[in-house]
Amino acid sequence: MAIASAVPVSVEPDFYHTKTKYKGILGWIFTTDHKRIGILYLVTMLVFFFTAATLGVLMRLEMLTPGRTFVDAQTYNTFFTLHGIMMIFLFIIPGLPAVFGNFLMPIMIGAKDVFFPRLNLLSWWLFLFGGIFALVSVFLPGGAADTGWTFYVPYSVRTSTNVIPALSAAFILGFSSILTGLNFITTIHRMRAPGMTWFRMPLFVWSLYSTAWIQVLATPIIGITLLLIAIERWFGVGIFDPTLGGDPVLYQHLFWIYSHPAVYIMILPGLGVVSEILPVFARRTIFGYKFIAFSSLAIAFVGSLVWAHHMFTVGMSNTGMFVFSFLTFLVSIPSAIKVFNWIATLYKGSIEISAPLLFILSFIIQFCIGGFTGLILGTLAINIHVQDTYFVVGHFHYVMFGGTGFGLFAALHYWYPKMFGKMYKQAPAYISWFLATVGFNLLYFPMFVLGYEGMPRRYYDYLPEFQTVHQIATVGSWILYAGIVVMFVNLVVSLWRGEKATANPWGGETLEWKVPSPPPLENFDEIPVVTTGPYDYSKYEKAAQEVK
Amino acid sequence: MSSHAAEAAPHGHTHRDDVGSKMGMWLFLFTELILFGGMFIVYAVYRYMHQAEFHLAATELDRLVGTVNTIVLLTSSLTVAMSITAIQEGKKSLAMFLVGMTLVLALAFLVNKYFEWDHKFTVGLYPGSPELVNKPQGVVLYFGLYYVMTGLHALHVIIGMVVLAVMMGFIRTGTIHKGSYVRLEAGALYWHLVDIIWIFLFPLFYLLH
Repeated sequence: MAIASAVPVSVEPDFYHTKTKYKGILGWIFTTDHKRIGILYLVTMLVFFFTAATLGVLMRLEMLTPGRTFVDAQTYNTFFTLHGIMMIFLFIIPGLPAVFGNFLMPIMIGAKDVFFPRLNLLSWWLFLFGGIFALVSVFLPGGAADTGWTFYVPYSVRTSTNVIPALSAAFILGFSSILTGLNFITTIHRMRAPGMTWFRMPLFVWSLYSTAWIQVLATPIIGITLLLIAIERWFGVGIFDPTLGGDPVLYQHLFWIYSHPAVYIMILPGLGVVSEILPVFARRTIFGYKFIAFSSLAIAFVGSLVWAHHMFTVGMSNTGMFVFSFLTFLVSIPSAIKVFNWIATLYKGSIEISAPLLFILSFIIQFCIGGFTGLILGTLAINIHVQDTYFVVGHFHYVMFGGTGFGLFAALHYWYPKMFGKMYKQAPAYISWFLATVGFNLLYFPMFVLGYEGMPRRYYDYLPEFQTVHQIATVGSWILYAGIVVMFVNLVVSLWRGEKATANPWGGETLEWKVPSPPPLENFDEIPVVTTGPYDYSKYEKAAQEVK
Repeated sequence: MSSHAAEAAPHGHTHRDDVGSKMGMWLFLFTELILFGGMFIVYAVYRYMHQAEFHLAATELDRLVGTVNTIVLLTSSLTVAMSITAIQEGKKSLAMFLVGMTLVLALAFLVNKYFEWDHKFTVGLYPGSPELVNKPQGVVLYFGLYYVMTGLHALHVIIGMVVLAVMMGFIRTGTIHKGSYVRLEAGALYWHLVDIIWIFLFPLFYLLH
């Protein structure tokens, strides 16, 4: 992004080496600097991610043979419950907005911090406490919750396991998510640098803006719903208890009114990362900027109206089913607009292969598979057949892991030099990408086959004829895990051994590449004045024309 | 990069932007409205399913108590709004008095609510009581919702009181003054939220029968 004058070389120390009010660890956990809070989120989030990923690998291991492989059925139930709660509430929802949004969004719009820095710190503390609640529920007498992450009634009211700590975890994490959302909306409205108009904002910021609105408007519903389960367990009020007149289906509606929009909280920032990284490595101005920006808002809006497509087999009027099916299909339009624009951006670009771009390319393909299988699931007749089977699990993981997860890996490789001031080794990064992509597809693609043939999700046992396909998936989980381990070993080792990164190693044009790596405490010596859009690669495009 | 640019968006930690601060508060109030919105959905669904029984159960509530509480809460919203006018005119002790009045009225609301709940418990109308369990399901749900919704509202009254008490301290120490009162406005906005939710709870539970 061209700005009125070049940013002078900063003489200030970077934010890691600026003197803070408190020393050592206190300087981190009581910081109000958005960059430090971003790093705090990154570290805590990765701890939860590795715990949940390990649980996932253990689940696959249990599925290696029919019947008992190494754990009993009850333990398996707690595995998938914890895997779901931790991956969703502690990894995917906060992953991109809280880590990269916090670190980069203020820099990208030319601000020195978020609007409410202390509230930002409170969000992280709530996130930490929520995570601790989730972990503690495992070790308290009574055993870890075994309801699945959906907490469906009446089972969640009746089971003797520690549902309340798990609910509290989700409730507190919801609070954290709301506060981050309202902080981001206010920041984007009020703190953009002079000349940073709405249509000069980087597309990652647009996706964070759409996400923040869903966080603010949808999360309170899950708050009240989870609170009602807790009240039901404590006092037996009867609101969801059929023996007292309550309606369990109403619970499912309330749950999905939040939890479906929540999947867009998870995927929208991932889509934003793709739009951010593609133009840099294609050396092309992004194709269809406004369409990509508005499609985020469109996904946020339409996505809020499709929740009952999770409930086609629960009992609903035909009219209701048609309406929800139709709206579900509508979501594919803004999603497809994004994909077409990405492809058009790559077309005739001067593509430079690098680790972030490779993850992005995997993202696009896997997101498409996830999206198409979503359409299959949205079709009423087929949905009845594959409801609650591995087909749904496959679809969900293709979008959430193949999409958002890979988007997060891409973001990590793209912004790593900016965040840590070091460059990682390329070869291990390529290897990790290869292993992760192969492992991922080997793990989740067989699930479509299993689901189509009738393997129900969450089952501990299965028929012998499913064994081969289950084993392929399990082998895939090992390759994927190996890829992730290689990736993080490379990134962590590079913190010490990596070469010093320059301010702009990729040739990015957005504002974060105009400040030193890592940025100084206040990001900018002087607030920049912005004069052009975010992805101005016209000079490269002109050069490419001349070659022809 | 001109010096005017630096003025337009000053330092992130010390800048002052009252419009932005209030925007954050409004966003938070949206989330509170939606939180209660979830309860109102549940109420609407069960009222639709058990119309006659909701009608019958509502006769158990005392309209007089509800009306008195409505008047008390509306008056408290008036006093907190007046406190902002007072601080705008620099009348510090008047502003403190008016916030204090709001707290007294809020306390009166809670005391009234306590006696109302206490009476219900004495006649055996509480979740899980032998008397209530034997009544029709619509009545059980009505009282379940009554306790959950008015209870959640009372919790918000208490939170609002804590917020306003802190604001009173800020006025006393001079953190809130004639030139800077956005905190008091935010606190008052929260108090109005507590008020407006009651404005919906009152007819739904006390008047519709």
